[in-house]
Order: sequence, then C-alpha cells, then structure tokens
Amino acid sequence: MAATATKQEPPAGDAAPYDVERVRADFPILSRKVRGHDLAYLDNAATTQKPRTVIDAVSRFYEQDNANVHRGVHYLSQRATDLYEEARHKVNRFMGATVGCETIFTRGATEAINLVANSYGRGLVGPGDEVLVSFMEHHSNIVPWQMLCEATGATLRVIPMSHDGELLLDEYDRLLNGNTKIVAVTHVSNALGTVNPVPEICRKAHDQGARVLVDGAQSAPHIPIDMQALGADFFVCSGHKMYGPTGVGVLYGRAECLDRMPPWQGGGDMILSVSFEKTVYARIPNKFEAGTPPIAEVIGLGAAVDYLNALGMENVAAHEHDLLECALAALRDVPGVTVIGNARHRAGVVSFVMDCAHPHDIGQLLDAEGVAVRAGHHCAQPVMRHYGLPATARASFGLYNTRAEVDALVRGLHRVREMFA
Amino acid sequence: MSDPRAMYEQVILDHNKKPRNYGPMPEADRVIDGYNPLCGDSFKLYLKFDGDTIADVSFDGQGCAVSKASASLMTTVVRGKTRAEAEELFQLFHHMLKSAPDAPLDEEKLGKLRVFSGVREYPVRVKCATLAWHTLHAAIEGTVPDDGPVTTE
Repeated sequence: MAATATKQEPPAGDAAPYDVERVRADFPILSRKVRGHDLAYLDNAATTQKPRTVIDAVSRFYEQDNANVHRGVHYLSQRATDLYEEARHKVNRFMGATVGCETIFTRGATEAINLVANSYGRGLVGPGDEVLVSFMEHHSNIVPWQMLCEATGATLRVIPMSHDGELLLDEYDRLLNGNTKIVAVTHVSNALGTVNPVPEICRKAHDQGARVLVDGAQSAPHIPIDMQALGADFFVCSGHKMYGPTGVGVLYGRAECLDRMPPWQGGGDMILSVSFEKTVYARIPNKFEAGTPPIAEVIGLGAAVDYLNALGMENVAAHEHDLLECALAALRDVPGVTVIGNARHRAGVVSFVMDCAHPHDIGQLLDAEGVAVRAGHHCAQPVMRHYGLPATARASFGLYNTRAEVDALVRGLHRVREMFA
Repeated sequence: MSDPRAMYEQVILDHNKKPRNYGPMPEADRVIDGYNPLCGDSFKLYLKFDGDTIADVSFDGQGCAVSKASASLMTTVVRGKTRAEAEELFQLFHHMLKSAPDAPLDEEKLGKLRVFSGVREYPVRVKCATLAWHTLHAAIEGTVPDDGPVTTE
C-alpha cells in the first residue's frame, strides 16, 4: 500500500509540500502509455482514475467478504454489513453530516437527484409552486425537475448567469418567493468550473421557506465540503468522480427532510414488514435503499474517502488550484484559444475553444499526444447555448495531475494550430 | 491502432478549410436539418431535384473537420446523380465506415470517399463522418421526421 494512502490524518500545516509524484504512484493506470506517450489524463470531471487502495478494497470484498447485507445471519453477511455501514460512516464524516442516518447510498448522483425530485418533490410540490434551477446546471439537475413540474403543474424557473459564468444573485433574489419550493443548484459547474456561493443561496432560499438541493458531483472530489457550513438540505455526489467505483452515489439529506419524505422505490431493504394489506417502511436511511445496494462499490467508495482524507482536501484543492492558474496562464499564450467562463471563484476545470479547430478535432489530436480531454457539450447544453457554442474542449484536473501535463496540453494545442490554422 | 493524426488526410483538411458547395440555396426544393445530439454538430442540407436527379446540392452549419469535410465531399459526388445512385453511394460509404479497420476497400466505387477510411479506427467519429450522409439518405428515402432534424442516433 502506498505511503499517501496509509496516513490516517490530513497533514498538518507544517507538513511536507504536496508530493504529486508519490500520489501518482498510487494510481496504476497513470503508468501506462497511450499511443506511445505518457498518459496525461485531464478528463477528471467525467470520471477519475482509481488508487490501488480502492481497487484492492473492491477486489478484497469479492475475494474475502462477498455476501448480501442487512439480512444474513451468517458470518460473511455480517462482515459485508459491517463494511457497508462502515463506509456510510466514513462518507458521513467526509461530508460533515452530524447524524449518521443522513447519508443514503444510491446508484449515482443522478439517481440521488431523481430520488429527491420524486419523493420530496411529488409529496410537496403542486400547481402554482415553483422550482428554481440555475442556468449552468448539468442535464441531471435540470431534467428531473422538468419532469416533476410536468407531473405536478409546478413551474420551472431559471437563475440566469453572466458572461463570466457567475450566477446573477440579484436575479435570484427576484425569482425567489413564497411559492418557491425547491432550489436546485450545482456547487461547481462541470462546464465552466464556477464555484457557486452555496451558503448564500441556501440562506436566501430558507428565508423564503424553500429547500435547496446542491449537486456536488464536481465539488466533493476537489474542494473541502461541510454540510453545516454549506447549509444545504440535500447534497448529491458521485462515487466514480471521487476516485471510487462507478455505480454508486450519495444523497445527503437533512434528517428532518428525509423523515417527511415518502419512499421512492419499493422493495428489499426499505421495509420493516410487508403484508398484502399494509407495508411498514423502514426508518432512514434504509427507507431509501430499496433492493440490494451496490455493496462492493460502496465499500470502494469508503476506501476512496479514506484516500482523500489522507491527502487532505485542503491540500487537494490547493494543488488543483495551482494547476488551474498554470493552465489559464499558459492557454492565454496559445494563439486562437478562448477560455469560456471567467468566474472569480472556480475549481480546476477549463473549457476552451480554438478559432481554427472544432473541439472534436482538438480532442482527437490531443489524444494523439496521449492527452485525454473532453470535447462536446458536457451534458450542459444551456451553458453552450449561452455562449453560442455547440461544444467546447475541456481540461479538468485531479489530485494526480502535474504542471508537466499542462505543458503537454499546451504543446498539443500548438500542434493543432500547425495542422488546422 | 495508428496515429489519430493520420485520420486527417490532406483532402479532409482541405475540404474543412474550404468547404465546397457551402451556403444556403434559396431555390432549393428541400431543406433538411441534420443533427448529432452527442456533440451538437448541426448542418442544413439544400437539395434541388430535376425529376429523379439531384440537380444541385449545398450545405451549411457547424461541425468538426470530419463532419464538415464529409458534407463537402458528399455534395461534390452526389450532384448529378439519380436518387438511386446517391443512395448506393451512401450505402457504400456507410459500409466502409462500419467495416473493420483493415478490411479491403472497393477503391473504384468509393473514389474520393475512401479518404475517410481512417475514421474506421475511431468509432466515436463515424457519426461525424456520416451526419450529412444520413441527412441525404433520409431526404431520398422520404423518412425525414416531422418534429425535428435527422439525427445520427
């Protein structure tokens, strides 16, 4: 096991500087060659690579502990249950939740949003009510609310944003009113990197009696999060974007909200007793975990949270911010490149276009250099439309990226110019 | 797998930079939208028929080098062709792109279209290369949807 992952506590303030090479050694995939080059993986907003400790935790579960949870009387079932609930405890602490039952495992961040839209939404939203989303949402935090509004007769309203990619909070104030039931907003934009002022958004929504769901898919792996400081009623994130496995996500919900919500999916673990006359539902969190959960994936996510804690999220955020600054400065010197979005507070995501080449062609030519970036609309088509673009190229940084990889990106972009300009 | 740069044959780069038959056609008999929802590429195809023959064809819109060059080259090869001949070219082109990277090419029938054979190695780009062709195919077959563009999905 690598040194960085065995630390139990985040480094103290006077600890050694962030050693990215030691971090990189924890990720087996980073040592492979892609098209004859060292891999420069800059598509972390889509999914992150996995440290050895996560891969081992999943393998170990299947090799040593595999059984279903919460139902067997035998040893392995008890062991699997313990590991599963231990992971819940880890995630719970990672998010700064104060009550253990506030962390619910889902199949992904998208399912977590759908859970809230279907349970909280359908129970408490009706004709005349309003749901606010922001202009910079990922499709996952737009479509479930559109579906809710279509089903209930509520109205979807959109918080606009500036050309720099910041939410217009004056407009938000104007849109908020006593009819607003839910505000759904991303913590960090996957297309622009904007970090939204979630505490302020939550405070204002609460003043109007509205609840807030925060999409933390792009924040939880990159900046420290604390549910008490954010003030969100619901917060969702995604395992595979947090250096954990695919197929698992997290819904944090305030117990007072979750308790009032009806179950969404029925079956399996979400019941206390079933008869053909009446079913008595389990208490939270089990009320929202119908069926066999993604057990190995949850345990893997627990290992990923251990890994992040060992590095310290403040250190991760500082490292990625350094890469962001480095990339923004370097991209300014590439002729024909325009960075999209210029928010004051942003995480390690850089969306850009080139005057001579389409993002798809940029992505393909960077791939020839072993540089992996995303090209497309990033499932945020309203953002693209705002800028009058069909697509952008996007470099998104993770805790293992280096300045040398930023250099590789820039070198690749110069080659794109040579070919297309 | 070969170098991804090799996919960009000089002909493709040239058609991307100087697309042929580019621009709207006010006298078109049919104007059809083509759209790739995966990447947002979007083209309009303008067709003028003389009986069964494609008398004139043009396109405009936005897309990557592969999709734009493919649309451009398509307009040069289907002008003057009958619907059946154009449809046969579509099938040939489509078949080439769906074939294995090392499968032999019918070079005589494909003619200039074979410059896109490198796309076979990159399945995600096949939709780029076929967007304009799918649009033409739908126009010829009369299967253009009423409620939106022709898509690659």
